[in-house]
Amino acid sequence: MQSDTPDECAAFVANAERHHAAVHRVDPDPDAVASAIADLVAEPAVGVRLPGGLSLPDGVATDPTPADLDAAVTGVTAATLAVADYGSVVVCSDAAGTEAVSLFPDRHVAVVRAGDVVPGMREAMGVLGDRLRAGESAVIATGPSATADMGDLVVGAHGPREVEIVLVEGDRE
Amino acid sequence: MSKPSSRDERAARIRELLETEGDAVAANTRGFNRGRYESTADLDDYESLKAEARSIKEDAIERLPDLIDDLRERVEARGGTVYVADDAADANAYVREVVDGENVVKSKSMTTEELDLNDALEADGARVTETDLGEWVIQLADEEPSHIVAPGIHKSREAIADLFAERFDLAEDDRPETAEELTRFAREKLLTEIETADVGVTGANFLTADSGSLALVTSEGNARKTAVVPDTHVAVAGVEKVIPSVEDLAPFVELIGRSGTGQDITSYVSLFTPPTPSPPVRFGGPDEPIADPGTAGGVGAGEPHPERDFHLVLVDNGRLAMREDDDLRETLYCIRCSACSNSCGNFQSVGGHAFGGETYSGGIATGWEAGVEGLDTAAEFNDLCTGCSRCVPACPVGIDIPWINTVVRDRINRGDHGVGDERRDGDPGDGVAGEFDFLVDGLTPDEEPAGLDPAKRLFGNFETLARLGSATAPLSNRAADLGPVRAAMDRWLGVARERDLPKFERETLVDWFRDRGGPRVSESMARREAVVYPDVYTNHVAVDRGKAAVRTLEALGVRVTVPESAAVGSGRAPLSQGMVETARRKAERCRDALLPEIEAGRDVVVIEPSDLAAFEREYERLLPEADAERLADGSYEALEYVYGLLEHGADAGGLTAAETGRDGDGGETGEPVAYHAHCQQRTLELEAHTVAVLERLGYEVTTSETECCGMAGSFGYKSEYYELSMDVGEPLVEQFGDAERVLASGTSCCEQLDALLGDSIEHPIEAIAPEP
Ligand code: SF4
Repeated sequence: MQSDTPDECAAFVANAERHHAAVHRVDPDPDAVASAIADLVAEPAVGVRLPGGLSLPDGVATDPTPADLDAAVTGVTAATLAVADYGSVVVCSDAAGTEAVSLFPDRHVAVVRAGDVVPGMREAMGVLGDRLRAGESAVIATGPSATADMGDLVVGAHGPREVEIVLVEGDRE
Repeated sequence: MSKPSSRDERAARIRELLETEGDAVAANTRGFNRGRYESTADLDDYESLKAEARSIKEDAIERLPDLIDDLRERVEARGGTVYVADDAADANAYVREVVDGENVVKSKSMTTEELDLNDALEADGARVTETDLGEWVIQLADEEPSHIVAPGIHKSREAIADLFAERFDLAEDDRPETAEELTRFAREKLLTEIETADVGVTGANFLTADSGSLALVTSEGNARKTAVVPDTHVAVAGVEKVIPSVEDLAPFVELIGRSGTGQDITSYVSLFTPPTPSPPVRFGGPDEPIADPGTAGGVGAGEPHPERDFHLVLVDNGRLAMREDDDLRETLYCIRCSACSNSCGNFQSVGGHAFGGETYSGGIATGWEAGVEGLDTAAEFNDLCTGCSRCVPACPVGIDIPWINTVVRDRINRGDHGVGDERRDGDPGDGVAGEFDFLVDGLTPDEEPAGLDPAKRLFGNFETLARLGSATAPLSNRAADLGPVRAAMDRWLGVARERDLPKFERETLVDWFRDRGGPRVSESMARREAVVYPDVYTNHVAVDRGKAAVRTLEALGVRVTVPESAAVGSGRAPLSQGMVETARRKAERCRDALLPEIEAGRDVVVIEPSDLAAFEREYERLLPEADAERLADGSYEALEYVYGLLEHGADAGGLTAAETGRDGDGGETGEPVAYHAHCQQRTLELEAHTVAVLERLGYEVTTSETECCGMAGSFGYKSEYYELSMDVGEPLVEQFGDAERVLASGTSCCEQLDALLGDSIEHPIEAIAPEP
């Protein structure tokens, strides 16, 4: 079900934007990816190492402490799946601390491969079924955190108020 | 005299809520409801997703004990604990032991509200902080949630600002005022609580038995922080939350936000397979990296974090008994989305503080409260469900919420439970009450227990009253209008004296039809044959619309009959009072009258939408399935029938078309009409037919955006609900206040619009019928 047809990616971009997340499409070149991330980072920034030969730009501190999390303005993590219909990214709750890094800072930069974009929720659950049965945890995140509890819609409640998605073109490695 | 005053007390309580909380609740719930329509319209496969969600729940509840076993196995295999608690005390005792008086942060959970968990933990000295912003506001204000999803919707922004200023002793200059400022303020305060918490308590929207995961649907991100920061996570959930597999989550994830607040999806759908691999975030030791440098992340890193402790408390508290209860079982399919609250006219006006029990609110609360708390609690607000059925198509798992309300009302009637039962504890020596007892008893050949509240009995037996009313008209009408009679009816029967009572016609529709010589279209010339069903209202009160229906169908070439034998009530009136056995008897009588007509090749044409809804929706619960099906298949709403005739080539030439006018540019315009379809008619998806017929005849139709007019059968006639009923209808005044001509399909809608607009409202069939 994995797919990176132009249609799917275009739908993903449009739906992410509809849910107030910006998508930046970049070539699958590690330097291009690092520089795209760098453009989106406001410091102090924390991050979790990216898989598949991609790297974080300078200025993104890995192995953050709780104090780093508190102070960080930006958190950079990988996303392991994306859902075109909703513009959602799926972020692991893993041992490296991806959940916390994607959650505490005001801005979340998520890096996802075009090959990991699936069309809809059904396909996403199809992929997540095996992963969860293998013991993994994840969050399907769509746009920034939000609340309407204070009398009006406010973006940025307990979680990030900005979501920037770096969509790395090309097939899965 | 205490009991009649409890009716007054209820009226006073509703009045107070309308004044203090009504505006905030109305703005929010109507906004959510609009959002639901918009967001679900974007789903191509909305209906099939709902059907799928329903069948997953049916299957899950059927197999619940096995699924619980599977879930337990999965969670325990990872080192977590599963505890099935029999009741609230049992659940609380378990959680208290885990928490042991330490600091707790919680994400929103109605199930922990049901348990009063916070009180139990605080009694041990624990500091408990709600982290959902709405829930925190309620906690600070020491109030109860007024909505199952957005617990603080009854509070305005100003009220929240005042609350923060007072609780945190803020100087005038430091007061957060805007929604943005209030949110920032709350976020900062709550972050401190989260960072110093020892235990995180969450609920769970779904639990997947095949993986041992819990799904949490939130938008703020507080549940994520609650689960990830402290090393101990306690999830508390009703046993009904278990579904078979992760893949089964798909339809629910697509439906839950759209159905509730109208969001396509909430910002976060957390899928935790606890104990999770995430390292706890120890703010107490801020200089240690949260994970060992070099720890692998991403796919394949699912080992539980060694320092994590996880407890799943599955709460029975009446649910397993509900599973065995044929009428309450459906309640367990509920995913707590709140659509039934937001789509409910009464809820939109008063909110969950009136329309709710100990914990739950809105239409489905009757099922929950009856199941987990008992009939007494359900009895306090069950009356507020009018059976309008607008929640039914809104419910993502297709629960027949009005039926649950009807059944519980019946149990309350029989179980001597209650608020509906005000007279019995009253002053037995009062002569006036006694006289009405006599009157009501004489009028009520029903199947109900002797102690039933006379008001319910009166409304439930409207058919008998109507017969008597017509037989003695106009005397009956004059007598009913006398001041002292109205005062006594108000006092003892709870019939609001502000309402005009129905005026009974001396000549019934059946009489008229017979006296004018029966059918006028010969059998040989007839395009079709039909029975116009002389429902109680059409036959005795709104006789003109019955005549209009006959003339219309005849003009379209239908051989019409209005047989005396068919002049039997559908059972709608007793049903609305929870008098299920009486309704069943009426349904049987109606079937006996109408099925032979259908078998003889005649169509049954129904003018009153609530009666058609009884045939189509409730009869399957009251009659053998095959009978109910044949009756439903052979019956048509009047304008639906006209629509079908016109579609099949009948000539509309004999009908009354709209007058044409000229617009500013000299073009032709149709006559404008405002049309309010009956709530149950809309649930049957029959609004469009009326609109299409009117448009075909040249009318420019504006349809109402209001779910229910507020009258809802007898509801608006009840003294204690009169003001609420008028408030529910208020949006119709806003929309239709300037309309020149207003049409409505339901009898009670016509009465209500009459009262609201001070105008005389016609049934659409009267608008299009040929002149007499
Ligand atoms: S009964 Fe249906 S509509 Fe009401 S809260 Fe439950 S799932 Fe939602």
